This record gives sequence, C-alpha cells and structure tokens, in this order.
Amino acid sequence: MALPGKDMQAAIAATRFGLGARPGEIDAAKSDPRGWLKAQITRDGADLPQNDGRNSAQRLADYREDQQAIQAARKSGDPEALKAAQRDRRQDVNQDFLARAQLGTNTSASFRERWALFWANHFTVSGTKQITASIAGAFEQEAIRPNAFGPFEDILVASSSHPAMLTYLDQAQSVGPESMVAARAQRKGRRQGLNENLAREILELHTVGVNGGYTQSDVTEFARAMTGWSVARNPQETAEGAFLFRTATHEPGERTVMGRRYGQDGVDQARAVMADLARRPATARHCARKIAAHFVADTPPPALVARLEKAWLSSDGRLDVVAQALIDAPEAWDPTPTKFKTPYEFLISTWRAIGTQPQALNQIGPTLNSLGQPAFRPPSPEGWSDETSAWAAPDALIKRMTFAQGFAARVGDRLDPNTIAVGALGARLSEPVAKAVARAESRPEALAVLLMSPEFQRR
Amino acid sequence: MTDHHTHGFSRRQALFGALGLGASVTFMGRAARAEPNGKKLIVLVCRGGLDGLSLTPPVGDADYAGLRGGVAYTPEQALKLDGTFGLHPAMSRAHALAQKGQLRIAPAVATPDRARSHFEAQDVLETGSEAKYTATSGWLNRTLQALSPERKVEALSVGAVAPLILRGQVQAASWSPGRNADSTARLPTILQDLYKNDPLLGPVFARGLQTEAMAQIAMTGLPAPATAQPMEGMAKPDPAAMQAAQRQGMAAAEKLGVTVANFMTQAGGPQIVAISLDGFDTHSGQVGQLQQRLNYMDALIGGLTTGLGPAWKDTVIVAATEFGRTARVNGTGGTDHGTASSALVLGGGLKKGGIIGDWPTLQQTALFENRDTRPTLDMRGLFKGVLRDHLGVEQRALDTTVFPDSASARPVTGIV
Repeated sequence: MALPGKDMQAAIAATRFGLGARPGEIDAAKSDPRGWLKAQITRDGADLPQNDGRNSAQRLADYREDQQAIQAARKSGDPEALKAAQRDRRQDVNQDFLARAQLGTNTSASFRERWALFWANHFTVSGTKQITASIAGAFEQEAIRPNAFGPFEDILVASSSHPAMLTYLDQAQSVGPESMVAARAQRKGRRQGLNENLAREILELHTVGVNGGYTQSDVTEFARAMTGWSVARNPQETAEGAFLFRTATHEPGERTVMGRRYGQDGVDQARAVMADLARRPATARHCARKIAAHFVADTPPPALVARLEKAWLSSDGRLDVVAQALIDAPEAWDPTPTKFKTPYEFLISTWRAIGTQPQALNQIGPTLNSLGQPAFRPPSPEGWSDETSAWAAPDALIKRMTFAQGFAARVGDRLDPNTIAVGALGARLSEPVAKAVARAESRPEALAVLLMSPEFQRR
Repeated sequence: MTDHHTHGFSRRQALFGALGLGASVTFMGRAARAEPNGKKLIVLVCRGGLDGLSLTPPVGDADYAGLRGGVAYTPEQALKLDGTFGLHPAMSRAHALAQKGQLRIAPAVATPDRARSHFEAQDVLETGSEAKYTATSGWLNRTLQALSPERKVEALSVGAVAPLILRGQVQAASWSPGRNADSTARLPTILQDLYKNDPLLGPVFARGLQTEAMAQIAMTGLPAPATAQPMEGMAKPDPAAMQAAQRQGMAAAEKLGVTVANFMTQAGGPQIVAISLDGFDTHSGQVGQLQQRLNYMDALIGGLTTGLGPAWKDTVIVAATEFGRTARVNGTGGTDHGTASSALVLGGGLKKGGIIGDWPTLQQTALFENRDTRPTLDMRGLFKGVLRDHLGVEQRALDTTVFPDSASARPVTGIV
C-alpha cells in the first residue's frame, strides 16, 4: 500500500491520529509527519490536565464531606443549603473536565492526548455513580495517563486498583464467602458475599474480550481472587492513596483462572492473574482490533490489526511499541477518512481549529449533553462507542449544526475563514468545501460551513 | 453583567413575558440620568451584498431593463419614488414613509473597499476605515466615545453578539430574541449541497431537517420557513406553505421592531442601535430570495416606526450593505459581487430633497470596470452627515477618530 504525499500525511497525522489541527500545526508536521507523531510518544506517559492537584484520597474525603452536608441540608429542609452542597459536589467534576478539555485544545502533542483518551475509554469509569464521578478525573490522572505508553500490565493493574474503578464496578464491597468478614457477618445472621462485576468486565472488556475463552467459573474464580481489593473509607485506614487491600475480606485459598493455578497470598493473587491476562494472545488481539477501530475505521483492515497484534506480542504488551506500530502501518494512512468524530472530538477539534480553548464548562457541557456524550458519564462500562452509527444520527447532526452556528456567531467574525480552513484540514480540504467557505456571505457563515463540512466531521 | 442590571432587568422581564419570546436579556439598563438630546439612530447592516438595483430599482434608467433581464422590475412593479427610481415591491411600508418625505435613497454609494469580498468589505463598512485590517473597533462604538464627553449615550445591538460596527472600548448591550438556530440562515442549504454526494451525511441530514420542520409545525402550527434555494431533486415547497412562512417571518420582524423601539423609548434606554440582517447574497434565485428578505426588512422598519411613535421624529434609520451587485443578471437568475449599492436613510425629521449623491446611470461607459454600478458617494460621507447633523458629533471627531483619516470623505449635507 502506497503512502499518500507528505502534505496529505501531515493533515492525516494532525486530524486522524491527533485531535484536529491547530493553526500552523499541519505545516509543522509536513517535513516528517511520522516523526512528528513518534516524537509524541513519551515513556513517562501522557500529559496531566491542570486541575487542583488533589488526589483521589483527598477527593474522596471532599466527597464524603459534601455528602454529609447534603444529608444535613436534606434533614433541615433548607433548599438553598442543599443546592449549595450539591453544587460543591459537582464543582470538582466540572473543573476536572474543563481542565481535560483545555489540555485537549491546547496541546501540541494531540496524538499523545488521543492515545490517553483511548485508554481512559478502554478502562471506562463513569460518573453515573456519584462517588465515582468525584474521582473520574483523578482516575485518568493517576491510573491512565502515567501508564499510557508503558506495559499493558501496568495500566491494567493501575486501573483495576483505582478507587474509581473499584467503586464503579462494585469491587470495593465484594467479600470472599469464606473470608473472616463473611464468617463474622454470618454469626450475626447477615450475609456478605462476592460481587463479580469488576472481574467479569476485566475479562470481557479490558483484556481477553468476550470471545477470549473464559467461562463463568473463570469469572467467579477471578472474582474470588480479587476479594480484598477495596477503597479506604477514611484517611486513617491508609496513609497513601485510597486503595486498600482488606485481608479480612479476601477469600482464602488457591484459585484457578483460565486453566492456571494461583497459590499466591492476598493482594498478589489477583495481581498474578492480571499479569497473565495481560500476556494472553487473546488480549493482544482484542486490544489491537480496538486500537485499529478507534484510529482508522469502524471495520479495520485485518492487516492493520495483525501488525498491531504482532507488535503487542513481541513487546510483551508495551504500549509505546504498539503506538509506533500504528504510526508505521500504511493502512492507517488511507487518505479517505471513515471515522466520524464523536461529539467530544468534534468540539475539541473546533476549538483547536481556531487556536483557542473553552473558558468555562458551560461552553462545552450543555452541547456535549445535547449531543449525547455528557462529561465523564459514559452509559456503561463499555465506554463511549467508537462507531459512526452511534453518533451520525439525524437529530445529532442538526444539533451539531446549531452548535456550529452559535459558535461561529460568537467568534467567527474576527477570523479569516479561508486561513482557518487550510490550517484545520490542510490537504484534506476539498475543493467544494474550500469554495463554499470562500463564497459564504459572512465570516460566521463561512466558519459554520467549515465546521459542518464532511471532512471536518470526519477524521 | 454589571451591578447596574437589576433595575433594568425586572422591567424588561415583564416586557418579554408579555411578548412571549422567551428571550434572554443581556441588556445593561441604567437608571435614568441627565437625558441626552433624545436623538436616536438605528443602523441596519445588510449582509451578503444587497443588490441596490433591486432595493431601489432605477426603472427609469434606459439601460436598466436590458442589463437586468429576468431579475428586472417593471415600472409598474416598482413602488414609485421619482422619475428614475422606485422601491422594491416588498417595501410597501417604507414606501408609505417615502411619500411623507421620510425616506431618501443614496443609489450609488460604496465603502472605499473594492475587493468584492464579503469578509473584507463588511470589515471596512463596520470599522469605518479606509482599508481592511486597519481598525479593530467599529465606527458606531467610536461615535459613542466621541459623544460621551457631552452626554451619556447607550447603545444596543440585536443579535447574540455585538457586530463589529458596535464593538470597541465603550461597553454596549446586546440582546437577541433567544432562538437557538437562525431559521432564516442559509447554512442548511449550503450543507445539503456539500453533503449531496456523501452517502452517510446526505440522508442523515435530510432526515434531520425533515424532523426539524415537523417540530416547527408542531410548535407553531405553521410550516417551517422554506430554505432560500430548494435543492435539485427536492420537492418544491408548497406555495401556500411558503406564504404562511413569509407571514410568520414578517410578524416576527414587526415584533422585533416594536420591541427594539420600546427599548429605545424607555428612560435611560439605548439611543443607538445596530441590527444585522443577512441573506442578501443573491447569486441565484434572486427575485424570490429578495422578496423574502425585503419583506422582513420592511416589516422590521414598520415595527420600528410604529413602536417609536412620537419619538420617530427624532430618529434616523440608515440601511447599508458591504457592496452592491453586478449590473448584469448572471446565468442563474442572480447577480454576482459588485461595487456600489443603494443605502436607505429614513427618519421622521428628514429634510426634503432628492436622491443623495449622483446617479452615474447604467450606460455601458458609466459602469465601474464594465460590470458594476459606479460609486459616486463615499459611504463614510453619508454616515458622517447623519452623525454630524442628527446626533451632533463634531466634524473634527468624525474626520479623525470615528472615521480615521477621512477628511476627504466630506459629510453629506442637508439630510437632517
């Protein structure tokens, strides 16, 4: 497969691999588009959004305080106090999301950012649960971003042991049926037991995939091995972070998962299972396909998947090596874009196109809600869909147009739309769109046309 | 928002409640202060290049009908102004004002810009500068600065954001009737065209527009406004539906005019208002498109004069566009970007007089670059005349700060 020319490569690098070109970016990538992308791969991970710097343990403490205030306000029947407390609880989440959006719009290494967002979505946590919402931003910051270009095993363990994941998928409450805590509960006439949710999703979504060759008994055995992986209820329980291994809830004994026996004690048992899962060929295949589908096409070329799988297996799942393989794969450079931007990608690329950033959450939050991708609230552990059919719906497209009109009305009359169009799409800018932009009767109309053009809606 | 807003807000809230517009108000009202002299100015910025030869068709010009072909108006269609000029048939309310001596036309006026680019020309029109990119604030804003030493003048723009003409150091209010998408915008039509070969976006978008139209009918009981130029292969809009949409648009324009006038007549209300109108870029289907847009403009002017009531005698409305269009009709029932166009000056206290500026005629030798109406009047001179004689802005300020380095563009005298 022949690669397109350098100009087209640069446009693809910035818009398909990255989050959309900022003014001047495509020019900067032109001399060596692949090198420009590869330079964004950094072993120490992806960039951290500029948030308030409070870690998960502190955030959880804040959250519990807010919850108490909310309960107190409910009890006293003071609607103003209730509103204030609820606002406090929401505020951290909003700030985290804005910080992430601003990083996305400002970064000059937006392939690195997309790569981090891909893994954050792979290991989805969702703010549909209040407690998880309070640390959804911290999850990306602590578990995903530092490990985005490291060994897959590291990001798997970091995400599985993070309080956001442990609360979102109910692991924190899971108790081994034969554990000390369960025995104590039984004596008092209460039953406490296993919750398989996280163990199942690790197998089904995060590692080997739904056809990865596991059975129900593997899920249960893995869930037993994971018992004890929990979250500190208060700062006294653990000095560092919010993860806490509770020996008293851990199911004693040896486990067998997917044909392998695990005799380890305590926290190391589930870790050993994860280490093996990370190395299974099914995991390589599952993740390779998902990466290819995210970056290149809903139905990715098998040759591309095979390349990524090979890179994964030969490097023991090193994500930096897989990222290099993606950049090297000629199939990733097909000039015809097939990926339809998600609402988040559309908004981030819009701000990138004009070289500014959203200043407040209300500039993006309501639009993301109306387009079906509310901030930090994916609908299920599967995360946001990557498929065109999920996003290119009639009403959604009209809403994108309404957003584009409003956005262009606010900022469009100060910009030169022809320059913006070339800067945002480079060689991907088609003649009909360039003409429509140039012929628009006002700058705002021209910008709205660009934002809604077929090539800007795709990547 | 400043801390001044509380007073004005409650009053206006009541106003909008009554109108049922569901508007969001960002108007910064202030408590009444030493009253200015009561003179009011409204600038209508007509975007897209309004065709002067249609706004004020020179039906008495010997070359007009020949050049214009299918987009020409007959002397019977045009609403007669004088032996040469008429008004566009849609402008019946403006014509009634003309008959009272309250409307005059400047039929061959242009900014100093000659590039025929919308973006550039609108910049020059609104900044009041000699060339593009030489100023970043609008001349109406600088007018406020020039007036402020003597008296406090408030300004308001209608639309989600202030247009360039009113942007600058002096804080001006903006207000919009609070609709999400501009249903008169051309964007859906342009996108339908760009999506026509797109197997995904084409059908999805068509479906979305259909649903929108149904929602509009469900909410208002009236059909959605038809897009200006129906796409090939699409069903032609039902004429009855189009007429209903026109009436709906005109009713909205009239209401907008009355509302803005009510702002202006309140104590401490704005005395300077800028309103943008778009959709004048008539490369094809010009007759139909202009009928719709000028119906809207005429209804807006009607609403303004009705709402202003006794204050109309102290008010001037200027309607101007960034450039005119080619003298000859093109191959698609429209006209392309040109040079001079017509500006309208309306007011309850205008001086009697004929056309403002000279009429260069449409003889072939008189055309600018053998294609456009030749400019005989600098747009800045027209604006300066109104600002000096109506608002009382000093000529020195007009020549230097409001319209920088414009001493050569002398104020037109004898309008007000």
